[in-house]
Amino acid sequence: MARLRGTGIAAVNYPTGMNLGGDPSQALIHATTSGSFVVSLSATDLGQGLRTAIGQIAAETLGVEYDQIVIDTADTDTGPHDMGTYASRATHRVGNAVIAAATEARGDLLNVAALELDAAVDDLELDGHGNVTVKGAPARTAKLADVAANAQFKYGRMIAGRGSFMKPKSPVDPETGAMDPDSTEAHACTVAEVEVDTETGEVAVLSIRSAYEVGRQVNPALVQGQIVGGAWMGMSHALYETTAPYYPAVDHSPKDFSEYLMPGTLEMPEIECVVLEVPSSNGPYGVKGIGEMTANSPIPAIINAIYHATGVRIDDLPVTPEKILLGLEAKHRGLS
Amino acid sequence: MSSHLNVVGQSVRRSDGIGHVTGRTQYSADRSFPGMLHLKMVRSPLHHALIKGIDLSDAERVPGFVRALTAKDVPHNRYTILSLIGVEPEEEFVLAEDRVRFKGEAIVAIVAETEAAAFEAVSKVHLDLEELPAVFDVEEALKPGAPIVTHWGNNTFMYEGHPCRRVRFGDVDKAFEQADYIVEGVYNTSPIEQAPMETTGCIAVPEANGRYIVYTNTQALYFSLDNTSIILQIPGNRLHFIGGTVGGGFGGKVDVIVEPIATLAAILTNRPVRFTYSRSEEMQVSSTRSAWRIYMKDGVMKDGRIVARKVTSYADSGAYSRQTPYALTKHAANAAGPYNIPNVSIDAYCVYTNRQPSSAMRGFGITMASFALEVQMDKIAERVGVDPWTIRFINAYRNGDMKPHRKLAEDATLIETMQAAATLVGHELPDEFKAMTSAPRDASHDGGRE
Amino acid sequence: MASTIVTFELGGREVEVMVKPMTTLQSVLRNQLGFTATKEGCRQGGCGSCTVLVNGEPMMSCLLPVEDVAGQRVTTLESITPAEGLHPLQRAFLDANAFQCGYCTPGMVMISKALLDHDPAPSDDDIRQALTGNICRCTGYRPIVRAVQAAAEAMSDDAGEQAR
Repeated sequence: MARLRGTGIAAVNYPTGMNLGGDPSQALIHATTSGSFVVSLSATDLGQGLRTAIGQIAAETLGVEYDQIVIDTADTDTGPHDMGTYASRATHRVGNAVIAAATEARGDLLNVAALELDAAVDDLELDGHGNVTVKGAPARTAKLADVAANAQFKYGRMIAGRGSFMKPKSPVDPETGAMDPDSTEAHACTVAEVEVDTETGEVAVLSIRSAYEVGRQVNPALVQGQIVGGAWMGMSHALYETTAPYYPAVDHSPKDFSEYLMPGTLEMPEIECVVLEVPSSNGPYGVKGIGEMTANSPIPAIINAIYHATGVRIDDLPVTPEKILLGLEAKHRGLS
Repeated sequence: MSSHLNVVGQSVRRSDGIGHVTGRTQYSADRSFPGMLHLKMVRSPLHHALIKGIDLSDAERVPGFVRALTAKDVPHNRYTILSLIGVEPEEEFVLAEDRVRFKGEAIVAIVAETEAAAFEAVSKVHLDLEELPAVFDVEEALKPGAPIVTHWGNNTFMYEGHPCRRVRFGDVDKAFEQADYIVEGVYNTSPIEQAPMETTGCIAVPEANGRYIVYTNTQALYFSLDNTSIILQIPGNRLHFIGGTVGGGFGGKVDVIVEPIATLAAILTNRPVRFTYSRSEEMQVSSTRSAWRIYMKDGVMKDGRIVARKVTSYADSGAYSRQTPYALTKHAANAAGPYNIPNVSIDAYCVYTNRQPSSAMRGFGITMASFALEVQMDKIAERVGVDPWTIRFINAYRNGDMKPHRKLAEDATLIETMQAAATLVGHELPDEFKAMTSAPRDASHDGGRE
Repeated sequence: MASTIVTFELGGREVEVMVKPMTTLQSVLRNQLGFTATKEGCRQGGCGSCTVLVNGEPMMSCLLPVEDVAGQRVTTLESITPAEGLHPLQRAFLDANAFQCGYCTPGMVMISKALLDHDPAPSDDDIRQALTGNICRCTGYRPIVRAVQAAAEAMSDDAGEQAR
């Protein structure tokens, strides 16, 4: 009986955005008298931090501080249409809609600022910190909050923008499968290291180390969160989770968390990652999308590592201790 | 787009973080309304059965019982959530009519003054069921004589006349003949529970103006609103859906399961109605990730080049298809993997069984394809006699390559990603792989990508 | 069965509720008192999202009949949130992004508070052991463990400063 170590790799692509298109996302933006910008949406935040990432994209395009953005979302009376948060589509689709809306609102803002500063619109620049300045004349500057207030009270204008984004729906040729099934492709390569206890069949994952290429990171900490959380989910799918442990049999199906197994804090290894950025042509600021793909490469990397460690190939998920012990026994008997 | 970015690329603090750490973030079930009723479901105890009778008389005598809803109360009881994007036919029932197709299928909705009264009344509904043979395996379901789950006579979703989503590229049979090696594999994956920490649920509240506010943890507000409008046959402008932070959504909360029946109950009682899944309903009734069986056959040359790949995949949709037909299309488009393979044939079947329905879950259509593909790649490497890195570099796709679904690759960075991973773990790559790029092949000799 | 009146201390103030027998503390907190920071992930004692402190000890409030806390001291996440700013654990969770959807966070903060109240300088392994009953589906746990470590360090620095 022994503890055997092995290393496995996996490299994957992931098509982001609802694959065949035809899924609009829309955004409205307006300025308040205090110079805040309210971004109205109906997209929901699943916990990945959509509100934050979208707020950053709005601030970037408007040329204002992040904390000047108010995200008002998830209400069908106040937010324009959105198809939903799934398929790694939200940051890509909503982000593009928000850029369009913010570009329009920025135009309104600069038009009013031009009146305030007695300058041509083309001569104005936003410093990204809440000020608008005449290029080459730093003394001629105005605070956006003042511009926004004066737009309403002095000029009777509204600073606002609307944006819509939709990838046109792609048909599928039923004979050949010819289709346009993605907006862009993100990539990952994972190296997993495991230790298999040949007496108990238990697999300890020692490390999961990955490189990701995600276009552009809007918020690196949030991207890192997806990668670490996804690595856990991949490990969980590879080794633990099932609602039908003996598929196709329907017995032993779990009813609660004491019967539905997942790795906990004690099983979690170090997760390391590097992130490359090769901006996509059609995502907001080059974003590709990271939400869904992070469980994908850890699964085969772990399964390949188990083979490397033991010489036992198990092609049925999850790879439970029972399957490992049966595999080791079959190998001993020379049956595999 | 400007090359200098101010905010994009910064790890700014999450705008909802303080709400999360103080517990002030409001999830849909954190709300409560005066006079709120509770809805609980009577569910099938059998995997496949005819409904011969429903006896509500004992349930109606439970103190606090308000009313029961059965299929005949639902204006448009048979629906499919993807009808919004043109997917047919309508096939799932808000409440079962003459037949139940999986254990846990909803039959009667009980609305009561308290949760306890609702549970008690549910336990006192008597069902007269006639059990039918059931099928639980994707390939058994396709055999002649298998119990039929659907109402149209076979157990597959039909793609424009085909029982599977097909991709045909090149000539795999000819390429198999010319290949030096044939490598085959069969990959099985189990159904997986979404297990969001907050269970699926909503509260439907009648407004004074004849409209209904539905507080829900759906991942897709308009998807839910539009389907509710169809199912209840009321104009969408009488529905106002409010979401917020979803307490974990990995795809399962794209289903439209709780909102239509809770809204109907609110309409019929003119009171707020809460319908939230218990943890066991979440485990046993809500959509899972599909079980998959994937057959792979690859033709490989001695130098490691894969010249042909044939994939036959079966996803177990369970009793109803929900988002799974879409998953198979996504799967078929990507089942050859991030590799440049000149001959590809893919058949991807969405199969109905008498199992708890599956649907979208994080990476659906792709996650299990990636598992099968990347284990298969290791088997190919072993057969050819090269290491796992080498087989992937040899076959990696590049920009300008034609994918099997006939779209030119334009965002390929697999090679650069593998190089970065090798550096991260300290794996020394041969010079030829270090120098490789994803630039188009005909341009790679004169400097590569811009 | 007849309802009874139960009195207990919640966040330093006495509360009195009328309940049917076997009503859980979780249900009283959420449905009668509006203290919804205490979550209900499973109501089966399986996930830890409803963790509160009773006389300083962590308890899953979904398994606890409220009669059992009569006369006892109950602490929820609402109770430890200061009027201004954040508790060091809340600050550390925020800084480490130790949450995504946030649904497990109240339970995670409360179990961590129980740990740090007992052991102000826990090892990495102590923290992992303490959190084993609390499930998170989003983060992969590592940011949570890091946050608890950071909070322990911050609280020990604060204590050091106060001692000086």
